[in-house]
Amino acid sequence: MSVKIIASAAIRGAHKFVDKAEEQMKQAIDKFGAEHEVGFPNTAYYLPIIFGMLGHKVEKLKDMEPVIKRCRLLLPPPVKEKLHLPYLGQVLDAGMSTLFAQEVIESIRYLNEPNFYLQSEDVTDDNIWLGAADDVIMRKRGVEFVDGTAPGFAAIVGSAPTKEIAAEMALELQKKNLYVFMASEHNGTCFSKQLVEAGVQIGWNTRLVSFSPDVSGAIFAVGFATRAAMSFGGIEPGDYRKILIYNKDRVFAFVLAMGDVSDEWYATAAGCINYGFPTIADTPIPEILPTGVCTYEHVVSNIPHNEMIAKATEVRGLKVTVAEVPVPVSYGPAFEGERVRGADIYLECGGGRTDMCEWVHTVDMNEINDGDVSVNGPEMTEVAVNEKGKRLGPLAIEVKVAGRKMESDYEPILERQIHHLINYAQGIMHIGQRDIAWLRVGNSAIEKGFKFADIGRLLHAKLHQDFGAVFDKCAVILHTNQDAVTEILAKAREAYKTRDERVGGMKDETTDMFYSCTLCQSFAPSHVCVISPERTGLCGSYNWLDCKASYEINPTGPNQPVEKGEVLDQVLGNFKGVNEFITKASRGNITSYNFYSLMQEPMTTCGCCECIAAVLPMCNGIMTVNREYKGETPCGMKFTTLAGTMGGGISSPGFVGHSKYNITQRKFIAGDGGFQRLVWMPKMLKEELYDRLKVRGEEIGIPNFVDLIADETVGTDEETVLNWLTEKGHPAVTMDSIIG
Amino acid sequence: MAKQEKTPQDRSIDQATIQTLEIAQANKVMTCFDRLDSQEPGCKFGTQGLCCKNCAMGPCRIIVGKEGKDRGVCGATADTISARNFIRMIAGGASAHSDHGRNVAETLLKVATSDKSDYQIKDEQKAIKVAMDLGIEVGDRDIKDICKEIAEVSLAQFGQQHGELKYIAKAPIKRQEIWRNLGVVPRGIDRETVEIMHRTHMGVDHDPEHLLLQGARCALSDGWGGSMIGTELQDILFGTPEPLTSQVNLGIMKDDTVNISVHGHEPLLSEMLVAASLDPEVLAYVKSKGATGVQLGGICCTANEILMRHGVPIMGNFLQQELALATNACDAMIVDVQCIFPSLPSVAACFHGSIFTTAHIAKMPEAEHIEFDTDNALETAKKLIMRAADNFPKRPKGKVNIPQVTEEFVAGFSHETINYMLGGSFRASYRPLNDNIINGKIRGVAGVVGCNNPKVQHDNVHVTVIKELIKNDVLVLTTGCGAIAAAKAGLLKPEAAAEFAGPGLAEVCETVGIPPVIHMGSCVDNSRILIAATAMVKEGGLGDDLSDLPACGSAPEWMSEKAISIGQYFVSSGVYTIFGVTFPTLGAEGTTKELFEHMEEQYGGKWDFEADPIKHAQKMIEHIDKKRKALGIDKARERVLADMDARREIS
Repeated sequence: MSVKIIASAAIRGAHKFVDKAEEQMKQAIDKFGAEHEVGFPNTAYYLPIIFGMLGHKVEKLKDMEPVIKRCRLLLPPPVKEKLHLPYLGQVLDAGMSTLFAQEVIESIRYLNEPNFYLQSEDVTDDNIWLGAADDVIMRKRGVEFVDGTAPGFAAIVGSAPTKEIAAEMALELQKKNLYVFMASEHNGTCFSKQLVEAGVQIGWNTRLVSFSPDVSGAIFAVGFATRAAMSFGGIEPGDYRKILIYNKDRVFAFVLAMGDVSDEWYATAAGCINYGFPTIADTPIPEILPTGVCTYEHVVSNIPHNEMIAKATEVRGLKVTVAEVPVPVSYGPAFEGERVRGADIYLECGGGRTDMCEWVHTVDMNEINDGDVSVNGPEMTEVAVNEKGKRLGPLAIEVKVAGRKMESDYEPILERQIHHLINYAQGIMHIGQRDIAWLRVGNSAIEKGFKFADIGRLLHAKLHQDFGAVFDKCAVILHTNQDAVTEILAKAREAYKTRDERVGGMKDETTDMFYSCTLCQSFAPSHVCVISPERTGLCGSYNWLDCKASYEINPTGPNQPVEKGEVLDQVLGNFKGVNEFITKASRGNITSYNFYSLMQEPMTTCGCCECIAAVLPMCNGIMTVNREYKGETPCGMKFTTLAGTMGGGISSPGFVGHSKYNITQRKFIAGDGGFQRLVWMPKMLKEELYDRLKVRGEEIGIPNFVDLIADETVGTDEETVLNWLTEKGHPAVTMDSIIG
Repeated sequence: MAKQEKTPQDRSIDQATIQTLEIAQANKVMTCFDRLDSQEPGCKFGTQGLCCKNCAMGPCRIIVGKEGKDRGVCGATADTISARNFIRMIAGGASAHSDHGRNVAETLLKVATSDKSDYQIKDEQKAIKVAMDLGIEVGDRDIKDICKEIAEVSLAQFGQQHGELKYIAKAPIKRQEIWRNLGVVPRGIDRETVEIMHRTHMGVDHDPEHLLLQGARCALSDGWGGSMIGTELQDILFGTPEPLTSQVNLGIMKDDTVNISVHGHEPLLSEMLVAASLDPEVLAYVKSKGATGVQLGGICCTANEILMRHGVPIMGNFLQQELALATNACDAMIVDVQCIFPSLPSVAACFHGSIFTTAHIAKMPEAEHIEFDTDNALETAKKLIMRAADNFPKRPKGKVNIPQVTEEFVAGFSHETINYMLGGSFRASYRPLNDNIINGKIRGVAGVVGCNNPKVQHDNVHVTVIKELIKNDVLVLTTGCGAIAAAKAGLLKPEAAAEFAGPGLAEVCETVGIPPVIHMGSCVDNSRILIAATAMVKEGGLGDDLSDLPACGSAPEWMSEKAISIGQYFVSSGVYTIFGVTFPTLGAEGTTKELFEHMEEQYGGKWDFEADPIKHAQKMIEHIDKKRKALGIDKARERVLADMDARREIS
């Protein structure tokens, strides 16, 4: 067996792909015209691999011609049988040209067969092919790569010998928190089809993503990785070397080749090796063991299916620490997005159907025993079935914590964990928090023996694991009888109220210590968030209190105290101590930024922001757009384009990233005139924040302000919006010029 | 006891050499092998470095330990005399390489300032890179304009009197500091050679250590000066080499072609001969003489130069120059400078071919001189080929003996191509090389370079040393006549990895698709090895200086002063360097200690000597193992698995 076999096959495969891409491009140009637009849906990254590697934008069919030309230059001649020339570099080039060609092929498929791929996160009964992840999915999922809930992905090509083996492997990958990206067939079936046949829920929500029935669909995985480097890593398109090294060092992905490895598979695998993604095969193909382009081996073969994933993580150099949680179902972030619905539901609590609440509160050390879990009322299987055949029951989850370092400020932080910690359990679905929580337990979980008490056990185990530094003891009571739930609900609501008043009362002016957040530095090395009480983290996940607690828990962790220092400009929010910190943290790239302005030295953005605000000069105001909104905006750019141009740790005046919550905080763009400058936001965002927007309007003395904010139903061009604002008498129109 | 006559089989391991040597003997033609026999036993004093003829009070011959005979007339000791002789050899070698570099720079200047030069700027990317190395503004300047400045700046390096040579800055920072602390950073190229001649003049510098420091400074002006200018600027003019295949040995000559041997060192003429050999006018003339075409074949480093860039086959190495003529198939041998036997015209007289000298500095009484002028390069080249073609009909019938011996091989490795072949266009780097040295699949890297010497069995020492090294997983980089020896022995074929290399090296060779022995070019191209070694240091994981690398150098069949200069610049660059055949200071203990011991304290690299090829290779491997241990890579390392925290720590 020889590496030369791989080299020859990969180069042959690359030639086939480039030939095919060229032919398809020519046909498409004949059919649609050279000026016809082409691309993947809803993305600011064009054909992302080509854009990332070459800095070349493919917007129209004619833009593919230079790409094909480049492929031809990259394509090496076949490997000679005897006296061959060095081929490793050539094979890698062949692999890269394969990826370019595959992007051409797949994007033309979007033209020829517009409905071949779904444009959603979920599969349907008659179509499981998800195709390219749009920027909304990429950002949402990318954040999980950023914060570590997903360390990487497994790109699976082919199929397992049986659907049972496929299901077992998928579950193992899910337990290791990895995404599974699937493409290509073997033996007339695909891994993703096998999962469906085995009754496994697939789609983005369960991290089992069925891209395509063809191996060319693997570029959706590689394109995802390429975009992560540009979006989160702040690497410029065309800076191919940095993008590839970023992936080698930070995106822990690998290829699992399941079945006979064809020339086309070899060529695709060669493309992946450029990114440092090795291939692990279940067939006895030649191996490439010496290291260098990947972190460790490049191709490892003939691995039994029950060892493949362990081998793959070892070869990729990935350490996955899976917490043992004492519950009878599988447990981990991969199960967070799994749904429980319809006939699958065994039991339901909350969600407006019954009372439900979650409450964490501090007690004296001697009041509880650590690890005590009790169920006050009926267990899941004892809940009665109602006349409609449904099992509905009230639930109050009361978590008591105690410890010398425990502060009441940490209670809401612990409480907020309950949502995802419960959701991590396979077969359990959790929505909401506090008194609007909603729990569904699936039949599959009950079959495995899941009980209310398990919720207590998993909360105890996970809270200890993640927050053990701030408390010593934790006990959980699951109240499931109506009287007790009513009583706890009243106490909990009292606590929520007190808490909100305390947090709401915190002001930047009276706080001397802010916190940095470098949680996403594993992915976005050039950006540093600084979080103050009135400017929560732009990703929406971290507020000032969270940072404070995080620092207490892990003093050398990603949240460090930043002395506010001398106030250089109270209106714009410019602080000497913060400036000094960011100068150091950005290695001198950014020496100053303002907390409350988007016009002057705005804060940098990592690409994980929930919303982006942009100036609308004609309207004399600002708009903001959330990442879920896919449509056009009056500033002329969709969210994806905005995020693409300003992610990666640069300060770009006229634009700023922020969280949804921040919109109704008192200091929101206070330096540019404040909340009353807000003239446009998507309808969906307005609806989501409606109550808080209304309260904030009252605070600034314009009770109907929320109704003065335009949305896409008014228009997505500045002029239409301006006319509407003028007509409505929006205050921004008559304010001082925002351009200064 | 009667002296045993040496057979051709004793002289060489190369079949083509053996066969043609038999023909030469049958024709009673004297070759270097016969002349060596006549010379032996050689002067004992000269061999040991104990003879001084620098003034007319001598020659003085030193007998160490014998009172009255242990000093020269002036009072010079064995150590003073041997150190002086040694650095004079460096001066000789460095001036040869540097003059080569100067000629290239002058040609580049002509190309850059003229519209009608026969040469052109072939590698613009390289020109831009060189410009940046030399601190020359690139901007959006015209490439000719940039090259003009490159040539001017390079030429100025030769006559520079103060400061530091520019390419010194390409070395690892730590290395530069060592040189500065020892005061051996060359001020200019020519100045260091002149200073050696001055210091070794009667009655000037008598301190062996002090003399050897100047020797180091002069050698550095070769390796990081003249030679490097030669290589870099040749790449601009003629293109940076890329991997290619070719053939080697006297069997490349054909019965029906005009066979022309190009012998010497500089590629200026040979590049034009390649172009002229394809010229329609020339081909028509050649056909009119009854031949089907022109077969060029190189000898010595000219061979390597046109091989690396055009794949022109190699006729042979240094000791085959006379034998090429003995085939009666070599219609002409066109020579320029260095390593050319003055015996060639007399050997040629016994056969049908002609010798043409072409360099204005190098003539032979009985050879025809057709001076090569870079202003009229193509015309001269065409004329030379046509003169060779005139000899084609004169081949004596029935007396043409082309040995049917050839071997195929892969060559064309440069720093740039190594970088590419290890990672492709998008991930080019030395990382895989460093990684596999760190993980022990490759034990280390050895440069095996240099000449042939009839005192040892031709090619045998090169081939034996190289085989022993690769068997022990040492990757070999080779240049010069050593590279040709390795090519003839089949060691430059990728298939040689499985046959001759240890399992670790073989695995890496198979992964990259390379032979276990990498042909890096001519002897000025040893500067490529310096650049490659520096790239390894800069890639990281193998220390922070050249002397930290598990690497060493060897010239197992050396004979020329150039070899001493190369050896010294390798030693001064921190590389353990071992020579075979003989060593020119062995009679002087103090000087030898300076070279073999003290230099290791000064430079981290040192000289060594071992004639036995296996022991020679073992000493190299010992040194590599010593360096591996110092780096802490002598033991297997645990695989590091990264979690999120580890990834956050990547800056």
